[in-house]
Amino acid sequence: MIILFYLSSGLFLGWSLGANDAANVFGTAVGSRMIRFKTAAITASIFVILGAVIQGAGASHTLGKLGSVSTIAAAFTVALSAALTVYWMTRMGLPVSTSQAIVGAILGWNFYTENPTDLNILLKIVTTWVSGPVLGGVFAILLFILVKRLNKRTKIHLLYRDSYIRFGLLFVGAFGAYSLGANNIANVMGVFTTAVDLPVIDLGFVSLSSTQQLFFIGGLAIAAGIITYSKHVMETVGNTLMPLTPDAAIVVVLSQALVLFIFSSQTLSSALQSIGLPPIPLVPVSSSQIVIGSIIGIGLYKGGKEIKYNVLGSISLGWLATPLVAGIVAFFMLFFVNNVFKKDVGEREVTGNSMEVVQDSVTMDNTLVMGRSDTLTGQHAEPSSGNLPSTAPHDISYSWFVSLVLFIGLVLLIYFLRVRKKKMDELRRELQTLEERYRMEIQNLEKKYVEKMHRQVDLGKELKFRQNEMVTMAMSIIHKNEFLNSLKDEIVKIKANVKDPEVRMGLNKLSLMITQDLSIDRDREKFQMHISEQNSSFIHRLTEAFPTMTDNEKRLASLLRLNLSSKEIASILNISPKSVEMNRYRLRKKLKVDPKVSLSDFIRNF
Amino acid sequence: MSLLYKNVKQLIYDIDNFIDTVEQGVLVFKEGVINYLNDEKTSFADKIERIDRLEASADKLQRAIDDKFYRHSILPQNVSDIEGMLDQIDEIIDISKDNLYQFDDELPFFPQEIIPDYIRLADTSVEAALSVFPALRAFFREPVKVRDMLNKVYFYEKETDKIARDIKRSLFHDYKDLKLSQKIHLRYFALHIETISDKAESLADTLSILALKMSI
Repeated sequence: MIILFYLSSGLFLGWSLGANDAANVFGTAVGSRMIRFKTAAITASIFVILGAVIQGAGASHTLGKLGSVSTIAAAFTVALSAALTVYWMTRMGLPVSTSQAIVGAILGWNFYTENPTDLNILLKIVTTWVSGPVLGGVFAILLFILVKRLNKRTKIHLLYRDSYIRFGLLFVGAFGAYSLGANNIANVMGVFTTAVDLPVIDLGFVSLSSTQQLFFIGGLAIAAGIITYSKHVMETVGNTLMPLTPDAAIVVVLSQALVLFIFSSQTLSSALQSIGLPPIPLVPVSSSQIVIGSIIGIGLYKGGKEIKYNVLGSISLGWLATPLVAGIVAFFMLFFVNNVFKKDVGEREVTGNSMEVVQDSVTMDNTLVMGRSDTLTGQHAEPSSGNLPSTAPHDISYSWFVSLVLFIGLVLLIYFLRVRKKKMDELRRELQTLEERYRMEIQNLEKKYVEKMHRQVDLGKELKFRQNEMVTMAMSIIHKNEFLNSLKDEIVKIKANVKDPEVRMGLNKLSLMITQDLSIDRDREKFQMHISEQNSSFIHRLTEAFPTMTDNEKRLASLLRLNLSSKEIASILNISPKSVEMNRYRLRKKLKVDPKVSLSDFIRNF
Repeated sequence: MSLLYKNVKQLIYDIDNFIDTVEQGVLVFKEGVINYLNDEKTSFADKIERIDRLEASADKLQRAIDDKFYRHSILPQNVSDIEGMLDQIDEIIDISKDNLYQFDDELPFFPQEIIPDYIRLADTSVEAALSVFPALRAFFREPVKVRDMLNKVYFYEKETDKIARDIKRSLFHDYKDLKLSQKIHLRYFALHIETISDKAESLADTLSILALKMSI
């Protein structure tokens, strides 16, 4: 149980890694609903554990070379420092990586225990922080070109393509999870490998070494992070980090998986060595930074217009700030654990060669367990063995001086980071205010537009109604006039056969009345008034453009606007169709209408 | 995997079937209009019955397609666009059916001299709709080719507009013996036939935007 307590800081680190970094692998697939979260979580959990157990040793070995944290209390403190740094920097909204935090914490341990840091190893690690995203970008460009060409050449049905992409995302995600486990398990359990020695478990078909057992436990912690918290991250952060199409998501995840795999594969490194090439540095790298590198790669291929170059600045800040903060936190925590709890946090290696891993492991013997029980019960712990001193082997005044310098450095760093965060917050607030203002303006404009549209529709309806009304009125006048004319003809016919002078006089009177009614038609007058009223703005425009127009011409233009034929107009105006044709001809001349254009069209469009 | 593959296969079959049904519906509409204009009553009644069946079948297929898209979360990012497009396809057969029924219900009178113009109008309008179907099929296989295939739709739509305008103009200018009510009635039938090409044009617009979106 005590082992588990000491491992808890590493397990917490593993949990947060699973919660955050699984979004890099399955974020787009789950966010775009191509893969269900349940499928993604199960796949990622299984493959992360497999990657950690099968291929996790390489990157962990390099961390061991940087600083072999020799006691379990020191390993606990180093992992806790890294975890706290990640947590604090995430809360501050600063770019952070678990890989860089653990390296900084190990450097803090080296510094505290006065163990020399192998600069070659450090350089190798720092180089991979830069080369990881760059390599991710290169892979992404190449894969993107390949996918584009494949898309162009193959004539796969859109729906089959969708299912292939779905399976592609799942397979590539599984590979990504495997590589993530293989590469990043070193961050979670790397510091414990030299401090904890567990008995080998033989399962018959396979035996698990102490390191593999630790990696399995770390893998379980990552899986727990994926299952319990990554859904939230995938649905929020995951989508904002990678608003990609499913094709591009496959490319990004595959690039990331390849880079992580390359930086953790001992077999590949040995194969390169065997053909005379330099070995690959097996180092834990940040999956988020590789993803950003890959996205930038695709952005560059597309012309580079959509790239937000300030992301590069954030990564660079992360490279500097994360190890520095983690190192300082680790230094102070080691000092605290060493001097307050009187726990052994390691010593300077006797050989002075940091390449040799100190095999000063904690064993599961009774003495060690007793020693830890004492500590837990509040008693002063005695050194569990003669060669482990209870205090750091360095001069107190020197230690205080270094502590003071580091403390000032930490305060300054925190100050600058806070200033930066404040500035960022202000900018974000300004942006939000601007967004809000523009959104309100857009809403107002949209509202006005909708109102205008409604008004236009209403006016259109009214106009149509008025036109229909006029047409109906015109039709009734036409029918009435036609009827009166036929009645008049009939009277003339009857009159020809009638001899009685009284009846003839009566018929003449009747005929006269009809003629009068035809010439002084109240309906027609009413209709003409109606037409003038309805077309007032049209007539006004006509008068302005052609001031010499007569009233009759204006009336004719209004009737033509109703799409009435010459015969119908003749009936309404009680003139012959020939007169209407003549008036049309005159109107045409007056309005200077092009011979190719119809007079009615000209008037309707006027 | 095989289950999803089977669903996708069935969905592709349904979509192809849906497009074929609408295409047949448009052809039946054209034949129906010609039958009416030539006073072939029995054939016209048969066309009414056929378009009714085809429209019902298209609706059923569209519901099945909708269901499969959402139930199996196929093309989740583009499903709403594709559904919108399928709605527009369905609208073509809906309007074809409504228009053919309007011939049956309102029994418009067409003077003998204007019948060839109306046949030409129906032919061109339907041709615009028929030109959109190959582009629709290409959309699911080669979205990059869709834009080139839609030129014909725009051409026939413009031609239809022109013919319809000529018919309306001729109705009000040349057919003095017809009553205004008859002219207005016939004008509406020119408008009904013209709507098919308008819907095809609107579908072509959607299709070209969607194809561009899918090929990015």
